[in-house]
Amino acid sequence: MTSGSQVKLPSTADPLGAQAHARAQAGTVAATQPTIPASAARDLPSGVAPQSVLWDETIGAGGYAVRRLPRGARLRITDLEGDACAGLVVHHARRPEERLNVADTVKLQWNAYLGPGKLLLSDQGRVLLSIVSDTAGCHDTLCGTSTAARNRARYGAGDNFGPAPNGRDRFLLALAKHGLGRRDLPQNVNFFKGVRVEDDGALRFVGDGSAAGAFVELRAELDVLVSVVNVPHVLDPRPAYTATPLRCTAWAGPPTAPDDPIRMTTPESVRAFENTEDELLAWEGGK
Amino acid sequence: MTAVFHDEVVAARSPWTRVVGAGETLRIEDLEGNQAVDFLCYNAADLDERYSAAETIVGQGNIFLTTGTVLRSDEGNPLMTVTADTCGRHDTIGGACSCESNTVRYGHHTRHQHACVENFLLALAPFGRGKRDLVGNVNWFMNVPVLADGTLGIVDGISAPGKYLDLRAEMDVLVAISNCPQINNPCNGFNPTPIRVTVTGPS
Repeated sequence: MTSGSQVKLPSTADPLGAQAHARAQAGTVAATQPTIPASAARDLPSGVAPQSVLWDETIGAGGYAVRRLPRGARLRITDLEGDACAGLVVHHARRPEERLNVADTVKLQWNAYLGPGKLLLSDQGRVLLSIVSDTAGCHDTLCGTSTAARNRARYGAGDNFGPAPNGRDRFLLALAKHGLGRRDLPQNVNFFKGVRVEDDGALRFVGDGSAAGAFVELRAELDVLVSVVNVPHVLDPRPAYTATPLRCTAWAGPPTAPDDPIRMTTPESVRAFENTEDELLAWEGGK
Repeated sequence: MTAVFHDEVVAARSPWTRVVGAGETLRIEDLEGNQAVDFLCYNAADLDERYSAAETIVGQGNIFLTTGTVLRSDEGNPLMTVTADTCGRHDTIGGACSCESNTVRYGHHTRHQHACVENFLLALAPFGRGKRDLVGNVNWFMNVPVLADGTLGIVDGISAPGKYLDLRAEMDVLVAISNCPQINNPCNGFNPTPIRVTVTGPS
């Protein structure tokens, strides 16, 4: 990443010069990067104390990030400029063979569309994440993400090291950093770009379901591994590879209470939370 | 000349698996009607490459599978093509029943009932494959409408005795089937029954 500054950097002809050259780069701020330490994050949601922030990172077009979050954590994904597409997969952090199951997510909740109060369910009948708020309103559970072949056909390039990274390979890089591979990648959901199903089963792309500053806020119901990519939706008809930055901000929060309104929404949500609480017994003995 | 390489009645509630060679056709027949057939397939030469419900429905712009549908892999490659279908439409968004998901759908008393995920695990084990290899599958003969507000559900089937579909393999594929044992919803008419699988091809 070039800084574009006019500062004359030291010569790199010898190790000490190279060291000085490297150190002179510190403090550069990129448009897309994590905030380190996370407690230095600015523009936090009201009521969120800086010292409670667990993660703050801005992801640009074609970018990705992966993060472990503890049970109770809140994760706000913000569509900063209104044209992001946040692909998300989530794994049980303590046993990642358990992971998001999109089919069970829609089938067990009797609905194909995501929104406030909806759950992202694992293949073990448990809740990984709850959607505690949603100011965008149109998302996608059906279409997955792009592949290298698709992006080559659409944009003339698809490799992760090129100008139009594909979502699938972005997810694979995220998972690889936690020792996971191709077999561990389930179908993802997408936030901020939506899809609707017509009466005859046809897919209809909803590209304007978000707005600058719109966000979804998720609550971790177990210790989770969250992977996020920001790549154009596969049904986005625009010829240019288009995705504006999104921001992930997570902070510590209390675990879900027995009378939590999302937990109590339906008989199915109650049992999915019961299964989740049963899993916590296995790991933590009810602490 | 068309040769019959395999012809088998798969008992109710059972798994089945076989490698189907490129150019061969797998026929799945619903012998007694309204029997959901949970189905996955893999590139036989690289089992990490597997069926993708998303690639399949995005490829055709529609959630329902029928004649002309190309089953695509997570790489976007054609695995199999539906070359005939006397039922009319099939599902690929509802996934497979599992012991665990049954507890959420019907109650904790269903935990020990047999389920499709159990069958898939049994089917894949001889190939050294398991849970990590399970992804959203096809449900042949299963009817899952989606209403305008997104409401969906497994409803009474539109299949009948003798309805069938043909799948032509576009590469050598490993096919894994669970002849669905579900008894808590109408996907099997509340009565799991046998199916017939036939593999044919140029002799």
